[in-house]
Amino acid sequence: MAAGDLLSNIELISPSEFAKRKIASIQEYSILAMQSVANIFRRPLYVADLVQQADLVGFGSLPIVLASVFFTGAALALNSATSLSRFGATTVIGQLVSIGIVRELGPVLAGLVVAGRNASGMASELGSMVVTEQIDAMRALGTDPLKKLVTPRVVATVVMMFFLTILGDFMGLLGGSFVATLLLGLDSHEYWSNAWQTLVFSDVFMGLSKPLVFGFLVATVGCYYGLSTKGGTQGVGRATTEAVVTSMILIIVVDVFVTRFLMVILGS
Amino acid sequence: MAIPFLPAEMPATADTPAADHVIVFQDVAIAFEDKMVLDGVSFDLPRGETKALFGVAGSGKSTILKLALGLIKPDRGHIWVLGQDITQMKEQELFELRRRVGIVFQESALFDSLTVRENVAFRLMEEGKIPEEEVEKRVREALSFVELERTIEMFPAELSGGMRRRVAIARAIITQPEVLLYDSPTGGLDPVTSTTIVELIVKQRDVYKTSALLVTHRLQDAFIMATHRFDRNTNHMERIPKGERGEVPMTFLLLRDGKVIFDGDAHQLATTRDEYIREYIS
Repeated sequence: MAAGDLLSNIELISPSEFAKRKIASIQEYSILAMQSVANIFRRPLYVADLVQQADLVGFGSLPIVLASVFFTGAALALNSATSLSRFGATTVIGQLVSIGIVRELGPVLAGLVVAGRNASGMASELGSMVVTEQIDAMRALGTDPLKKLVTPRVVATVVMMFFLTILGDFMGLLGGSFVATLLLGLDSHEYWSNAWQTLVFSDVFMGLSKPLVFGFLVATVGCYYGLSTKGGTQGVGRATTEAVVTSMILIIVVDVFVTRFLMVILGS
Repeated sequence: MAIPFLPAEMPATADTPAADHVIVFQDVAIAFEDKMVLDGVSFDLPRGETKALFGVAGSGKSTILKLALGLIKPDRGHIWVLGQDITQMKEQELFELRRRVGIVFQESALFDSLTVRENVAFRLMEEGKIPEEEVEKRVREALSFVELERTIEMFPAELSGGMRRRVAIARAIITQPEVLLYDSPTGGLDPVTSTTIVELIVKQRDVYKTSALLVTHRLQDAFIMATHRFDRNTNHMERIPKGERGEVPMTFLLLRDGKVIFDGDAHQLATTRDEYIREYIS
């Protein structure tokens, strides 16, 4: 294909049209996100769908969340040891790993892993339903797809993210503990004692608030891209990629604002 | 050749469409990304009648079905379904109305993750007011109507294309809707399977007197429907003697460039002098 043919296939849009489309997308996403929450208070409640999604998101993501946070905890301990040894302060590794994992790395890593695994799954599943007219069929059969498909996914992801982060945090500390005791020769009791005692309410509150926000973002972004799919199977692939990229970027960006917001609220 | 969209007895107000017309389109227009798909389409579907919609690919046939169900909104005009102006209705209000309308999608649109039983029972289960025994009885009745009771435990992926269409018909008729919308129900099927589907549509029309809009590319299917009726004794459709053909409640609507160019019965279609239509049906 000649370069001219390739260029002729590229859709050229004006900056104002581009801006209009982006604003329309944000508006549609906001409506979907708000309705997914409002539907929690409307009957019927799709409990079976919610449990199924909780199983998919929670148990399905458990091994990779645990593994990723475990090895990050270990790597954090190793890196910390290099710096702390210069000051002869390797005994505070437990504190450093604990703060780093609980406040920041645990929630963010769990969020990124769940985004990679579940935002893509939701976008591709709902996208396939769109292109095969199953979403239209659902509406035609008198059922609200937002209530039946989106709300259970959002609730399940938010709840499961919370518990995944708790378990992930523990595994991160365990990873740090392995490095501290097996490689650096520190006392295990001292490590755990330091790690535990250094945590205050604001650390735990911050660490367990973030997964709720990240879970909401992952599920709503995944569902939004899935339900907005256009253009057949190619469109499903595009929606899946966009869902993963957007949810991951949003987690990283929103994390900064949530951290700052909670610091102001908690005074820490 | 298009007949006026509102017969003389129908009041031309937005609030009071005639009670014997289940679907009325009035000057409906819709465009997708600056391309006008329907431009001033008007027609009506009297109760008990089956209207076959024809037109070349992209002429807006399937769009008419989606508009009739409120799945998409027109840019202009009004659509009445079962006496209600759906162009003014919100999605939540439409869910109620859609319970009285059944649709068979082009590619069946069965839910992949559900069994045939769950697919057919979907609407009843969602309503949540019907006892399980009653749901099971009605699912079996609907599957028996399409002669697919044996597939009740199977998943859509295990069925052939023709079987999926028949299950989709069972799903559409389980609540005995007042109107049925068929989107190319015989598209992509072999002639034998197509005849089975056509027979089911004729059966639904003649046994339950359901009104229907039927989108099809296959003119011969619509002519079979116009020239056959369902015999309950033999449980098969039979050819109607020539003198009685006018009794079949079947009309044809032809679309071209987003406009209705023909709306009439089989006889009118066969005797039209319009060059385009003659070429289309030849």
